[in-house]
Formats: sequence, structure tokens, C-alpha cells
Amino acid sequence: MSMVELTFLMLSGVAVFSALLAVSTTQVVHAALWLVLTLGAIAGCYLLIGAEFIAWVQVLIYIGAVVVLLLFALMLTRAPTGPDSATTTSNRNVAAAVSVLVAGGLAAIMVSGFAGERLAPPRGGVGSAASIGDAIFGTWVLPFEILSLVLLAALVGAIVLTRRGPERDNGAPGDVPERAQH
Amino acid sequence: MSLVWPLLLSCALFGIGLYGVLARRNAILMLIGVELMLNAVNLNLVAFDAWWGDALRSGQSLTLFMIAVAAAEIGLGLAIVLGLFRATGSADVDLAVVDTDEQADGAR
Repeated sequence: MSMVELTFLMLSGVAVFSALLAVSTTQVVHAALWLVLTLGAIAGCYLLIGAEFIAWVQVLIYIGAVVVLLLFALMLTRAPTGPDSATTTSNRNVAAAVSVLVAGGLAAIMVSGFAGERLAPPRGGVGSAASIGDAIFGTWVLPFEILSLVLLAALVGAIVLTRRGPERDNGAPGDVPERAQH
Repeated sequence: MSLVWPLLLSCALFGIGLYGVLARRNAILMLIGVELMLNAVNLNLVAFDAWWGDALRSGQSLTLFMIAVAAAEIGLGLAIVLGLFRATGSADVDLAVVDTDEQADGAR
């Protein structure tokens, strides 16, 4: 077993362990922070596979932006931050059974289909920013442009959803306090 | 390195993310589960790209597109969660009252 493989397995262990904690910890802020560790370990896995640019994009966008957005939303929704603030539903046993079945089924398919296949050791420059940039702005330039439209639509949608329009405030005055009692 | 290790890691992460989506009550913690599932898919794409090794770098380019779509998804998802919080006073999906069409029309 090579050094790369050993490091990959160690990072996999870190990723799975922290992902388990991210979905099972009882404190909401800790869940977001365990997610950081998972995403960082996955970025390390990308580096070991040879996808250097993807690894840095993962660090920038997921750890830098997505986790900050999640923490921001936790603060905005005034989520209780003490212990036992992140309870799970009563059907978590069913959820665990379904997840184990799905993961086991996928793993069985992967092992039966790709056992024995080897990844070539990462060559220099294969996953670098230069080669990915050439690919995206050459072959994939049309999907890239469409993606910018998707992001614009998401931006406008998020603004519309969170906007407090006057027509909404006039809607049902007694509605909000009544439902907040649940 | 054997191709199976990244694939097995992505299967495990997908299962864990699925558990998070199904079992969590807080809508924001459900989104954390969705992020884990998306990362599992990204890892699969990168692993298969390294294995196939085509000149177009299709796997890694698609991973970048996936990351952008995931960013759009988390932005919209959090906007919806904030709307839910504003309407019901909590981000707990088990307590959320689902409007029927009649109620929604009446509220307008």
C-alpha cells in the first residue's frame, strides 16, 4: 500500500467521522463546524487524486462561503445554540436503516463494477488551474455561460423570497403570532 | 491508488448525508445533509475523471459546475428557510404548518 493510498484512507476516516458527527451532534453550531472538517478532508482527497484546482475551489466556496452562509442562517433564525438544540425526528431509526441500505447498495455496485481498477499516480499539470481553465473556456464555454444565468436566477430568486414587500405585510396580520405558538 | 477507495468514501458520505436529510428537524441542518450528498457526487466525478483521463477534463469541469449549482442551491434553500422562519417562528420542519391552497389564497 503506497503512501498516497494510506494518506487517502486516513483522510477518508476523518471525513466519515466528522460527517457522522455533523449529522448526529446535538448542538446546531457544532454541526456546521464538523461540516468544515468534512469538507476540508474531502479537499485533501481531491489533492491526492490529482485535482488540485478543484481542491482549492472546494476550500474557497464550500468552507469559505457555504459554511459561513449556514452559520449566518443559524444566527438569523435564532436557532437555540445550547445542548440538545438540534434534536432529530422520531423516525431516525427508519432514516438510519434507509441510509445504510442506500450506502450499502451503492457500495456493492461500485465494488462489483470497479474492483481492481487503479488510478494512475497524479501527473503534474493535469488538474491545474491552467488545464481546467483551457477546458472550461474551450469546450465547456456554453455550459459555463448558461451557469452564469442559473446563478443570476438564483440570486434574483433569493432576493424575492427574502424581501419584505408591503403587499405581504398587509396580508394576514393575525397570522404570524398565532402560528408562532406551535 | 485503487479506484475503489474514493468510490467507497463517496458512498459512505452519501449515506450519511441522506441520514441527515431524513432525520434532522432543523431545516438548516437538513441543508448540511444535502451538502454532504453533493460532495459525495463531486468526489465520484473527480475520481472517475482521474480514472478515465480524457483530454476534455469533463469530470473536473462538471465538478466545478456542480459546486456552482450547489452554491445557488444553498442560497435559495436558506432563503426558503428564512421564509419558513418568518411564517412560523421556527425553522423546525416538523412543526411547519403546510398551507393548503385555500389558506394561501385567503392570506393573499
